[in-house]
Amino acid sequence: MKIKTFFYCLKQGFINLKRNKLFTLASVGTITACIFLIGLFYAVLVNIQHIVKSAEGNVCIEIFFDKEATDEQIKDIGEQIKRRAEFGTIEYISPEQAWENYKNQYFAEDPELAEGFADDNPLADSDSYKVTLNDVSMQDVFVDFVNDLDGVRKVNYSESTADTLTDFGKIVGFISGAIIIILLAVGIFLISNTIMIGITVRKEEIGIMKLMGAKDMFVRAPFMVEGVTIGIIGALIPMGVLYIIYKKVIVYILEQFNGIENVMTLLSTGEVFSVLLPAALIIGGGIGIIGSVITMRKHLRV
Amino acid sequence: MIDLQNVSKAYAAGTPAVNDMNIHIDEGEFVFIVGDSGAGKSTLIKLLLKELEPTSGKIVINGKELKKIKRKHIPLLRRDIGVVFQDFRLLKDRNVYENVEFAQIVVESPKEVRKRKVPAMLSMVGLAEKYKSYPHELSGGEQQRVAIARALVNDPPILLADEPTGNLDPKNAWETMKLLEEINKRGTTVIVVTHNKEVVDAMKKRVITIRDGHIVSDERKGGYSNEN
Repeated sequence: MKIKTFFYCLKQGFINLKRNKLFTLASVGTITACIFLIGLFYAVLVNIQHIVKSAEGNVCIEIFFDKEATDEQIKDIGEQIKRRAEFGTIEYISPEQAWENYKNQYFAEDPELAEGFADDNPLADSDSYKVTLNDVSMQDVFVDFVNDLDGVRKVNYSESTADTLTDFGKIVGFISGAIIIILLAVGIFLISNTIMIGITVRKEEIGIMKLMGAKDMFVRAPFMVEGVTIGIIGALIPMGVLYIIYKKVIVYILEQFNGIENVMTLLSTGEVFSVLLPAALIIGGGIGIIGSVITMRKHLRV
Repeated sequence: MIDLQNVSKAYAAGTPAVNDMNIHIDEGEFVFIVGDSGAGKSTLIKLLLKELEPTSGKIVINGKELKKIKRKHIPLLRRDIGVVFQDFRLLKDRNVYENVEFAQIVVESPKEVRKRKVPAMLSMVGLAEKYKSYPHELSGGEQQRVAIARALVNDPPILLADEPTGNLDPKNAWETMKLLEEINKRGTTVIVVTHNKEVVDAMKKRVITIRDGHIVSDERKGGYSNEN
């Protein structure tokens, strides 16, 4: 397509939008509503995932070693763990550190009682690795692997916590995914309707164009411009609104619930919108193209 | 130029609209195709424009066999055939100049070419002074002349006119036919599908008469068959 023809098609697309003003507005309005909801679900979803991920980071697995395990053997176990795909972090807890932690936890109010063990560490054989995984759903596989390693005496882990977090993440993901798919379908349907009206209004003109030898792209391009424009405007408006709302919500939550940041952290506007804005523009433009192509395939064959 | 060899077109569960038709039209000819409603004229036009595919037979236009033309190349075939309709089919929201220019825009003609060709074509059809008028401000005859200018502005070697005088009074009908004759004299092959007995008889051109999808006569310097 020549550049001049491209601009002609662009202009015709905008003329179409103007001609079908009411339908254009209705479509932009409904796409705005759809993408607003998609954005809202996304913002909630990524925050829940972020919170779950943070919680997963706290799900620890403790690995204790055989009495006769050598330092070399313990080091080797650590190396093998680090090579696992699901490995997150690892920390070596020496017997002294273990006893220190124990004292702090259980003898904090009666430190004198702990003094009796000063020269005889009751946890002398309790050095361990404290491991977190980057994918908690892999905990069972990881624990089986570690249990099979030479020199490992015992593995402590919480099966139910990991399962609950994994299941919760999955449920949130499925529900959000389903809702987003439904909203996308609604968006495509609405854009398709607007384009169909445009095609009906210009049916005669299109027929004449085809008989005069207009190429398919020349006939279709203005309708694609129309669909993409509706989609992009319908994405920009809700993004602006969501940006303002999200910013205010974070400030509100932090102000209203003191100390909440110790329990859970929310993603910043930058973190959410650096993904959400381009995604919304791609979704808006995408449903514009898909909506117009589907309609043209159905109604534009001469 | 145009060759139909044993062309038939049957719609689902019906008698063929076009039945074993053989027509050969040379470059520069002026041909009337006449026949009653339902004789197969419209189907024939649609076959020539590749809006329909024949059930059997071969259609060749300008050396190109229509069956072998891919979908994406149909526009190029149509650029070789200017079409004029009974109901003019002008764009009501555009003036005379814009209507004719539209045909040039559609084939992506450069602006400089459009500026040269559109006024020239409007002068040829005698509407140079009415270039700013809108279709509703013109008479039927004038509207048909705009439609002819639009059909010819891309210099197609063939002009296909489907009942061009159907909506015109005798005076305008005659003027339109004279214009088509003038266009033919300039080298364009003109095919006119019509019901208009007076015009056909007066023009003394080649007349192909079709009935029930068959060619019943094909006469040089013929007239409208009495059987119609």
